[in-house]
This record gives sequence, structure tokens and C-alpha cells, in this order.
Amino acid sequence: MKKNDLKVNSETTSEAGNGMKRRSFLKIIGGGIIVFFQPWGELDIFGAQTQRRTLTQDYNAFLQIAEDGTVSCFTGKIEMGQGVITSLAQMMADELNVPLEKVKMVMGDTDLCPYDAGTWGSQTTQTFGPAMRAAAAEARGVLVDLAAARLGVPASQLEVRDGFVVDSKNPKRSVSYASLAKGKKLEKYLDVKPAPEDYTKFTYVGKPLKHSDALLKVTGKAKYTGDLKLPGMLFARILRPPSHGARLSTVDVSEAEKVVGTQVVRDGDFIAVLNENKDRADEAIVKIKAEYTFNELKVNDRNLYDRMVGADSRVQVLNAEGDLDLGYQQSDKLFESEFHDPYLAHAPIETHTALAKLEGDKMTVWASTQSPFGLQDGIVRELGYPREKVRVITPFVGGGFGGKAAYQQGVEAARLAKLTGKPIMLVWTRDEEFFYDTFHPAGVVRIKSGIDKNGFIKLWDYSVYYGGTRGSDTIYNVPNAKTTSYSQNTDSVMIHPFGTGPWRAPNNNANTFARESQIDIMAAEAGTDPLEFRLKNLSDEKMIACWKAVAEKFGYVPSKTPGGRGIGMACGTDAGTWVATIVEVNVDKTTGKVRVLRVASAQDMGLCVNPQGALIQMEGCIQMALGYTFTEEILFEGGNVKNRGFDAYEIPRFSWTPKIDCVILDRLNMPPKGGGEPAIITVGAAVANAIFDATGARLYRMPMTPARVLEAIKKV
Amino acid sequence: MEQKIRFKLNGKTTEIVTDPNQTLLWVLRNQLGLTGTKYGCGTGFCGACTVLINKEATRSCMLPVSDIQGTEVITIEGLARGGKLHPLQQAFIDHDALQCGYCTPGMIMTAAALLMKNPSLTRQQIIEGLEDNLCRCGAHTRIIDAVETASKEMKGGR
Repeated sequence: MKKNDLKVNSETTSEAGNGMKRRSFLKIIGGGIIVFFQPWGELDIFGAQTQRRTLTQDYNAFLQIAEDGTVSCFTGKIEMGQGVITSLAQMMADELNVPLEKVKMVMGDTDLCPYDAGTWGSQTTQTFGPAMRAAAAEARGVLVDLAAARLGVPASQLEVRDGFVVDSKNPKRSVSYASLAKGKKLEKYLDVKPAPEDYTKFTYVGKPLKHSDALLKVTGKAKYTGDLKLPGMLFARILRPPSHGARLSTVDVSEAEKVVGTQVVRDGDFIAVLNENKDRADEAIVKIKAEYTFNELKVNDRNLYDRMVGADSRVQVLNAEGDLDLGYQQSDKLFESEFHDPYLAHAPIETHTALAKLEGDKMTVWASTQSPFGLQDGIVRELGYPREKVRVITPFVGGGFGGKAAYQQGVEAARLAKLTGKPIMLVWTRDEEFFYDTFHPAGVVRIKSGIDKNGFIKLWDYSVYYGGTRGSDTIYNVPNAKTTSYSQNTDSVMIHPFGTGPWRAPNNNANTFARESQIDIMAAEAGTDPLEFRLKNLSDEKMIACWKAVAEKFGYVPSKTPGGRGIGMACGTDAGTWVATIVEVNVDKTTGKVRVLRVASAQDMGLCVNPQGALIQMEGCIQMALGYTFTEEILFEGGNVKNRGFDAYEIPRFSWTPKIDCVILDRLNMPPKGGGEPAIITVGAAVANAIFDATGARLYRMPMTPARVLEAIKKV
Repeated sequence: MEQKIRFKLNGKTTEIVTDPNQTLLWVLRNQLGLTGTKYGCGTGFCGACTVLINKEATRSCMLPVSDIQGTEVITIEGLARGGKLHPLQQAFIDHDALQCGYCTPGMIMTAAALLMKNPSLTRQQIIEGLEDNLCRCGAHTRIIDAVETASKEMKGGR
């Protein structure tokens, strides 16, 4: 044996760590070889320390090689359509040298999986991926050690392939992972960390693979939270206020109680009806007579933007280069614009859903969530359970887009299970989904910029109000530039009248819309083709490579704007990925209706683990982007959200679908970056610029509804 | 008052005794254990709850279960025959025409009804036929491609 200490371990229980004693974990998953991946410094990115999770005694990632050779990978990440159930398995299979079909993903279970802050920010592949690969590399080392002992040859003489450890000098001598795992119940640590596999040795990574969960999903067998059923389970509906900030004054539940089989639960202002029959719960909840007092907020979707720029805000300078005064002096032409961006709903087709069961003193909650550990913490915090008594399990999630980072429904279901002792299924209605969504925050961007006689940008003074700063970097070469963020001042009146949160590529859509529109405005004034103008003012090699790739894919022919063609473009970076997009639109100048005919987009995302999955994410980003571009906007009056259904809040439909051509640049030797969000950021800006090219009309506000397009055309 | 309701469900004669005002959606999901049919909005706007009733694509979320008396109901679970996937299901897999998969059963059932009426759908007819089914992930292009492939395959008759 090498110096690696092989432990048949029973003493290393961690107290608070993962909400569960290690021994119970072993009991649940059974035998085989279990590799605990000891985290080192870089894994602080998991947010464990900020969450006060103990890492020292804690395992941070692990996998199990079972007696049948199956490799289970445990991850706190969840699958919501972004395809990581496939791409993580690809990485695991390559690192361990096992056939892909042997890899089983166990996702989002707080008792089984290592702590994870949540599935968002396009972090799964770029951040969790390398950590998981390191764990797999460690497991590979364990297997080689065990095989060395079994075969009586030095480890250096052994190779791994297809689930076997093979003697390189005598390939007939080999031993399978399955047989190495057989009869063993081992926990294993390595002191010397083997290096992850070189990309040139990859069998699966870099190959286009289809969604591994497709068969379950086309047959209706895939289980989402709402598809689960427990004996004695009751459906819950919760009494909701008519608007945010309204307070319950009087309530009469007597009529609701008359609905057959209904139990009314009350805990202060928290009132719910329970019924084993979902429709009867729906019937009962509307029979509750409730009155409210309102704290009328003066804010609405029309006056919001003035309120933001006029507020007493917290001001932070995010970036400052050169001297803005000098920038003014060096500029031959100056430009000043203000861009507005509304609140957006996430609107996943599966609403927030949770099933809670109290068994003894242990609360188990199945939930549609992007944050199983966040929900666990929420239940600990709000209901007073010790962490080890709360287990969150995440079945398939029917879309998240950032909205399921919030987990209110899981806490509500647990609260009802705690109050009644019965298993509770809570399926938010579409109305509740729109009302309690943590919206993409509305915001304002103001830009003052200038170019010299030769069309070089000399001044860039960028201010973003309340929307968020992701994507607010300048990206172009500007000697005199400043980026300022205006956000909520803790002493001031709350600007957002309801909850806000991350929405696919949080606020990068709005920042890219503003920046790329401003660039287009300057290109048009300079009398320069907008692509030429961009390339002239860019030095970022990756961005330039994306532009070249997308121009070729689109078949771009340079022209000044407005040229009447309806072609527009935009670029940006998000989640470590570079993206450039060119679109062609048709504008009906009498109705203001805009149709996107085609979109070409190119991105550099580093190593692309699953080119098929990444392509699908790009296509999905582009299609979803049409919503924020043309229709999506939360309308509100004070705390009252007015559009709470798909009739009033319109999301993209089949007839909107453009021809989509995507290019993913080949970057096998680079680290992987995010792919679930980047392409969405460029579409709104590219469409706005295309509308300008078609009509000469400039739009400064999302969404670009027919009425707003017509209004802009009138001003030309 | 409970009522006896007889209908054909995925090829089998089925009899249930239930509150006739319940929606078909929740009877399928909660009483009959067929959870492939999804709740998305409860008001007929998203299409996730689509099933076939007498070969017509129907939104089950607003339909009182009493209305299915004597009809033939097919859900996503009843589409595959004899262990073989329906050409639409196969085409959705082949085209990777899904992401989160939550709208998928409704998409497939809506497309199945379109194909029963017209086995050789044009691309435009597919788009129009699916227009009121919502997908938030943005799998639209691939869904259209999948239905087109299934349509080509089914022209031979099935």
C-alpha cells in the first residue's frame, strides 16, 4: 500500500455538516467503495463557509462505486432542463474511465449530496464540474491502489479503461471496478491528488450527447414534485393577500369549512385549507371571506423609472479608468441616452410545488427548487427544526430560470405538515406563481459617451440603477470610462415593491441592451458599419473571434445604418462566456409589429462538455429572449401585480420562432464556462438595433411592443 | 353527490365513482395515478394538461370529469403501443425536442391529435396547431422538427 490510508471508518461523523451523520448516509446508500473528496481552498466557491457549514469534518463531494460497477455521483445541483444530468455524467465517465451508462446521477438530496449553494449563475459546469472531476480522479487513484494490491503489481504499471484496471505489461491481467468494490464497505481518502485527465483522452466530454432523461420525459414517467403521492396526503391552498403589503383585518372561514372533507388551518394570519381532493381545496379557498387593510404604495409600472433615478441611492463606482473630463475634450460627438427595463416573471410551466412529510421529528420535503440546501436552511430558520432533522429531495424540476432559487413554497408546505402532522402537497396556482415570483428587477441605465473624428470611443460614463450590475462592464476599448451602480440604500424607501431575484443571466439582458444600443447609436452617427465600428473599438480576442464566426454564419454584408435591411447585432459576456449575435427582422410600419426572421449567434464557452446540450441551451436562450424583447413586462399598481396569467403576460410561442443558427467555438484546451444563460443577453439589443436599421427608429425601453415601436417610428 | 363515470382510458374500460365536478386533470393525476398529464395554469392557457378525448386534443384542467362519460380518453401514458414508442415520442427523443420536459406530454398529445386528423402536416400547420401550447425553455424549433419527422414517418399509416 502507498501512504494513502485506507480506513474502514466509523468515527468520522461530522456534527452539523451535511444535515446528516455519515453513518446514516452509509446506511442509506449501502456498500461498495465510497470516495470522500476532501475539499481544499478553491472549493470555498460553494459558499459553504459563508453559510457557516462546517467543512473541516465535512465531505464536500463524493461518489460511490457499487458492487455491480455502477458509479453514483452525488451532487447538490439539480436538473431543470439545462441538461447537467447528462453533461456531469459525461465528465464523471471520462474521469473514471467507465462506460457512460454506468454513471447514475443522484441530485439535489440534502441527506445524500454534498452541500451546494444552489443551481444558478451557469456555475454547474464551470465550478462544480472541475470539483467533481477531481473527486473522480481521486476515486480512480483509489481503484488503482486496490487493484495494485489485488494483482500484486505496482500502481504505476496499471491503467484504467472501461471500468477495469488493467496491467499495462500484461493486458490479460485486469480487474473490474465492480469486483474491487465487491464485499467492501470502504471510505477512502487520498493524500496525493491525482491530476484530472487530459482533454485529449476524453471519450465522452466534447461529444454531442442527447438528453439522458428524454425517454422518461416523453412517456410521462419522469417524476416532478407534483407527481408524488403519499398515503393520507392532503392538498393545500393558502389564503393570499390581494396585493403585496396588504394586511388581513377580518376573516370568515365558515363557508370554506362546509366544503366536503375540508380542514381549515390557521396560525396567525397564515390560513390554509386542506383537502385530499385538489379541486375541493380550490373550491374551499375561494369561499373564505377576508378583508384587508392596504398600505397604498404610490409606485406603478409607469412612474417607477423616475422614482429610481430620483431616489436617494447607495452609489458605488465599479470601475474608473482615465479621466472623464479628458474624455469630453477628446470627443468630437457626444451621446446621452436612458434605457428602461421592466420587471419580468420567470414563468416556468411547472409552478412552485412542494410535498412535505413529518415523520417522528424528521421533516422531509420534496420540492421543485434550484436551492435544496437553501430550502433546508429556510425550514431550519423559519420552523425551528435542527438541520439534521430536515431533508430536502429534489425530483425533476419543470423549469427554473432563477425563479426557483426562491423556495417559499417548501417552507409553507413544511409549516402545514408541522401544524397538522399530515403529508401536505402544495402546488402553487399560476396566479400565486406570478404574484410571489421573485421578479427580474426593473432598472434604468444612463449612458454618456463620445467618439472622436476617427470613430474611436473616447468617453463612456455608464450608470445602472436598481437592475443589477452583471454585464455592465465596458468591454470596448475606452480610455476614459466609469461604471457607477445605484442601488437600494438601507435607510431609504424600498424601491422594488415586491421580491426580486435572478432571472436568466441576471440583468445582463438590460445592460447589454443599453450598451449595445449606445454603440449602435454611435456607429450610425459615425457613418460606419456597426460591425466595423465594434471591431475597431474592441481588442478582446475572444470577442473578435465570436464576431468573425457569427458574421460568417449569418453571411453578413457590411452596410451603414439605417440601411432599411432590418439587420442588427450585439455582443457581450456572461458567466465567463463570450457571445456575439446578428439578427434580421421584419418591421410592419403600420402596426409596429416586429418579427424576427433569423438569428445567428456564436459563443466561446471554453471547453464545451456536451456540444449538443450547449447548442440546445443557446437555442433556448434565443427563443426565450424574444419574450423580454417583445412582450414580457409585469404591470403593477402599488403592491398589486396586475398580469397574473399567460393571457396577460405573454411568453414566446411557436409562430415567433426564427431560424436559429448557432456556432460554438472549439476551445477544447480551455476550462469550461457557463452555457445556460449567455446567448439570451444579446437578442434584445440586436433586435432593437435591427429595428433601427429597418426604420431609423430607436427604442429605449423593453419590451418593444407594437405600440412602442409605432411611437418610435413617429419620431423619426 | 358522487357519480359513477364509465369511459375508456388508454384502451381500457374504466369506471370511477367520484365527485362529477372535479376536473379531469386531478382525477387523472390524483385518483388514477396518471401523473404524466401536468398542471400548468389551470385556466387552459398553457396546454400542459392536454389529453385526447375521442381523438380531440382537450385541456383537462377545466373539464368536469362528468363530461368524459362514455368517451375514449388517451393520456401520454397510453400513447406507446405494445412497448413501442409512438413515432412522436421517438421523434422528440431523436430531435432532443425538450429541456425541462414539463410541457412535453401536452405538446406530444396536441401533436398526436393534429396527426390523427392530418398525417401529412406542413411546417406551417404544425406551428399553428401548437401555437397555444407554451414552452418556457425555448425548445420550439426542435419540437416543430420532431413533429415534422413524426408526420413524415406516419404518412405510411399507423
